[in-house]
Amino acid sequence: MVEVRVDAIEKRFGSTQVLRGVDIHVPDGAFAVLVGPSGCGKSTLLRLLAGLEEATAGAIRFGARDVTRLEPRARDVAMVFQSYALYPHLTVRQNLGFGLKIRRTDPATIRARVDEVAAMLGLEALLDRYPRALSGGQRQRVAMGRAIVRRPALFLFDEPLSNLDAKLRAQVRVEIRRQHDELKATSIYVTHDQVEAMTLADVMFVLNGGRVEQHGSPAEVYGRPATRFVAGFLGSPAMNFLDATIERAGARVYAVAGDPGGDGRLRAVVPEGQFGRSLHDGERVVVGVRPHDVALAPEEAEPELELTTGLVELLGPELQAHARLGDTPITVCLPTESRARRGERLRLRVEQLHLFDPDSGASLR
Amino acid sequence: MALQQRTRLLESFAAHAVLIVAVAFALYPVLWVVALAFSGVSEPAPRVIPVPIEPTLEHLREVVGSTQVVGGETRWLFGLQLANSLIVSLATALVGVGIAIPTAYALARFDFVGKRGGVKLLLATQMFPAVASAIPLYILLDWLSLLNSRTGLVLCYATTAVPFAIFQLRGAFETIPEDLEEAAMVDGATRFQAFIRVVLPAARPAIAVTALFAFMSAYNEFILAATLLGREEMYTLPVVLQRFIGEYDAQWEAFAAGALVVSLPVMALFYVAQRHLVAGLTAGSVKG
Repeated sequence: MVEVRVDAIEKRFGSTQVLRGVDIHVPDGAFAVLVGPSGCGKSTLLRLLAGLEEATAGAIRFGARDVTRLEPRARDVAMVFQSYALYPHLTVRQNLGFGLKIRRTDPATIRARVDEVAAMLGLEALLDRYPRALSGGQRQRVAMGRAIVRRPALFLFDEPLSNLDAKLRAQVRVEIRRQHDELKATSIYVTHDQVEAMTLADVMFVLNGGRVEQHGSPAEVYGRPATRFVAGFLGSPAMNFLDATIERAGARVYAVAGDPGGDGRLRAVVPEGQFGRSLHDGERVVVGVRPHDVALAPEEAEPELELTTGLVELLGPELQAHARLGDTPITVCLPTESRARRGERLRLRVEQLHLFDPDSGASLR
Repeated sequence: MALQQRTRLLESFAAHAVLIVAVAFALYPVLWVVALAFSGVSEPAPRVIPVPIEPTLEHLREVVGSTQVVGGETRWLFGLQLANSLIVSLATALVGVGIAIPTAYALARFDFVGKRGGVKLLLATQMFPAVASAIPLYILLDWLSLLNSRTGLVLCYATTAVPFAIFQLRGAFETIPEDLEEAAMVDGATRFQAFIRVVLPAARPAIAVTALFAFMSAYNEFILAATLLGREEMYTLPVVLQRFIGEYDAQWEAFAAGALVVSLPVMALFYVAQRHLVAGLTAGSVKG
């Protein structure tokens, strides 16, 4: 149990700079998720925390301890690898006990701790098996158990679910969070899967191009994305982005894109109070609308978004309608009862929109 | 259904026929050696089916029971020569694999100055036939006063065994995921402990196979042994065997009997190592 502080960490491999000054603070006992597209540096950051790579610049602190230059074994961390990295020549029991044995824990304690963790994870029946005789899900649990047995101050997870099938992944995800709530050890979890990030995190860090683009609780980051990148990365289907122009008409402010005669048109009310600066007439902006943030407009009201639907996919409780606004593809999600059909003219209300600077991509909030 | 069964039967029959022919083809010369070794007639006429004529154990006794008188004391010569062969081969395997393990691991895991050049040099040593170095080795050993010694022979064999073992083991180490070592290091091991406790056991099948190959190549080697060993009691078994075939006279029956005896240790070794051999060939499939 420890607080983790990463200050201005940089990592270069030869001439490639992977991390460009990353700051992270994970409070004691929190579950932090590092999320981002492949190549964003999240795994490298995790390996730096584990001590498997050495930082080019910056500092890493666990509580009061500066661990930046410490060997992995001196850091008191446990790591669950994507490949599980179970020792192939050792049985499950020996795998679980390896870390304790190498630290010269007495055999009776090892036995007790291994039995305890095996019971916790339902591994009792597998203790004498070798990893090759285990299924993917069982291997994953052994890898978890190997970390838990050690009772480390910090848990590190490197995409631990990516080798499981979808159903198992959802199960294990819940299991991981449950374990965390029980053990209350600080955990840092790397994933490129936004569902894992959203569901597991107390605090999430969205990385892009070797920098932290935004951090905060999943609700904050999802609800108030700081950049266009974050907005587009989180949420499924992804947020729609439209190049639009600000139009002031009397007391109201609109974001406008497309034209009335075309296959689609946006003329959405911008709640000016939500944006930190006043928008001027004719200003170019990027409008972001999540597919779920629209609803059918009432008959009598003027629609904020008009679309001619192309493909409609029925997903059960909802349907996804695909359309275009000029060259820009748009996806909206509507309740199945809306019975939207291919070729139909959809008249929609925009319930929430985001504005971004077209050049910097920063949110205009 | 019946048709399917018949096709399967036919397929099985054909497969077995091919296998039987292949086995016969491989075993035929060996059977001739066996027949010769136990024949009581000198130079029996060739026959289609090799069976001993007037079976006898005389040749075996002659080969195995050879003795040498040194200073009035009779010594079991064949025993000495068998010991020579085993000691030299075992030492070659140990020295070869012992040197190759750390080298191969370094080549598989680390980047360092001279790595590429070093590998090329190693490869170059593999391109020359061992005979090419027989004369230089002779001169070197003479200079070191190691002619006619097992140590000298082991050193010479190591020059070919080490590069070969390095290539074998480097490939084996490369198939072992680095995650395993990293997991061990996070678990509390030093790099060296991770190597000893995780990498080496995971590479055990490959190491066993490599050691076996080194052992066998030393055990079967003839030319260097014949060049570097001058005294009968220092001979290794291939040299002993060759002595049965003289310029004017060939004792084929004794040669055959000797060949049989000489192959026994290797056969035993293969039998013991069988399990590892198969595992070694599929070592790439070892996955966490």
